[in-house]
Amino acid sequence: MEDTFYREELLDHYDSSPHRGRLDVVDLDADLENPLCGDQIHFEVALDSDDPGRIALARFQGRGCVISQAAASILAEQIEGQTLEHARALAPDQMIEWIGIPLTPARRKCGLLALRALHRAIDARANLSEAGPAG
Amino acid sequence: MATVDSPLPRHDDLKADFPGLHQEIRPGVRLTYLDNAATTLKPWSVIRAVQAYDSDYPANVHRGIHALSERATEAYEAAREAVARFIGAAEAEEVIWTRGTTDAINLVAQSWGRTFLKEGDEIVLTDLEHHSNLIPWQMLAKEKGLTLRFAEVTDDGRLESEAVGRLLSDRTKIVAITAMSNVLGTVTPLEAIIGQAHDRGAVVVVDGAQGVAHRAIDVGKLGIDFLAFSGHKMCGPTGVGVLYGRREHLEAMPPAWGGGSMVTRVTREGAEWNDLPYKFEPGTPPIAQAIGLGAAIEYLSHFDPAAVMAHERHLMEHAHRLLEGTPGVRILGPGPEHKGGILSMDIEGVHPHDLATLLDREGVAIRAGQHCAMPLHQRFGLMASARASAYLYNSTEDFDRLADAIGKAIRLVRDRQSRRGR
Repeated sequence: MEDTFYREELLDHYDSSPHRGRLDVVDLDADLENPLCGDQIHFEVALDSDDPGRIALARFQGRGCVISQAAASILAEQIEGQTLEHARALAPDQMIEWIGIPLTPARRKCGLLALRALHRAIDARANLSEAGPAG
Repeated sequence: MATVDSPLPRHDDLKADFPGLHQEIRPGVRLTYLDNAATTLKPWSVIRAVQAYDSDYPANVHRGIHALSERATEAYEAAREAVARFIGAAEAEEVIWTRGTTDAINLVAQSWGRTFLKEGDEIVLTDLEHHSNLIPWQMLAKEKGLTLRFAEVTDDGRLESEAVGRLLSDRTKIVAITAMSNVLGTVTPLEAIIGQAHDRGAVVVVDGAQGVAHRAIDVGKLGIDFLAFSGHKMCGPTGVGVLYGRREHLEAMPPAWGGGSMVTRVTREGAEWNDLPYKFEPGTPPIAQAIGLGAAIEYLSHFDPAAVMAHERHLMEHAHRLLEGTPGVRILGPGPEHKGGILSMDIEGVHPHDLATLLDREGVAIRAGQHCAMPLHQRFGLMASARASAYLYNSTEDFDRLADAIGKAIRLVRDRQSRRGR
């Protein structure tokens, strides 16, 4: 066995992420669970009041393995200041690259849970504004 | 060396029968296979039986007049007879080939259940059930307006027959129960439960996915109405399983699926059903797999089921001794005297997935997650668990490696915590 658990940086994201927590004002959010292992992620985003197409703040809550929780922290860090469009277009491979360690197919699901939650939150908001009253 | 004290005769030679055991999963890292509750490894005799069908007589069954088809049919039906003998069925016609345990339980729900159950009827299950012995009943309950009742397990994960008995009434039509928990290893008191259920006129469906492989189950002696199990959890191939049903039940049931070979006479308007077991086996069956399962049963027949159980208990006693004192390790479920060869754990500060990844680096294969038993994990307030499961080819040495690897994983977490504390 290697003499480290995972990369130290990943463990920092896991157990001491500044992005773990809740926002006072939430513009979009989603919950996702990985039924195979019970990992849970609640992901929420506040938009920039001057530029509603841009993400101001992102936070997550949840419990699960190092990979699923660290990935949520990394994702929150990466998307703050980015546009919703950019966030929606993020590819799974980009997320895996940020996690930075090789993942088996089963562990990939852990690594992609937060990204799927974010995409679900963005899509839900888009559907809502399409269906809702204009303005 | 470490295995000379096994209650299984010739245990030291046994590993040679299983080619899957002898490999390095990465250069220099030997495999320690402890994921047998998910699927077992196959002995050479099974691998060769499947290959012999595919290479020497790859014909369809019950169709051709030619020699190869006759040979295939003979081997395929011999496998059915081997299954019948193995589980103590009165006749081979009571053995229906399915895709596996899940398929078999769904067949009971969709055929017997849909035919004989009506609104207000009750089905009694237990906290221990795998999703395969839960979801088919939930679906049926929703469709027919049935009530599901759940017998609770004790805090140490045992099932007392009174917990089931208390729920039984004249409304109970089915008691569906596992023979052995796939998470905790708990062996259930089938005999007492079946007696109580029959007193109330209920039919008993036994999920034998783990039980048939790990404990002796005789459907005749126990009076089981339906028994479902899978080939691949008992040294056989994937893709084949069995539904045993008592003849009177099977004869009363309509087919769940239609197609070729399950009929005797067909017109544009309708059809007459074939005899048992073919009524429930439309289409070309998993021939190679059924023959492979026959070979698996032939292999397992060399061992006394009581000795297999004693061997697993021996391994569990060893594993409990190794791990019970380890700080941070909580062993879930009952002690070795109440279970088969399954060791599930909750390790403080280490998510089961992370543990499985760390153990995999050492070549130790375990399962992490909820093992298709979410309600049971909810019962114990767990998000997930880590499960090491044994079969006849495992040795105490395998559990020594597991314990070493768990010790390392815990040390890594501790190191990390102390670095953070600095």
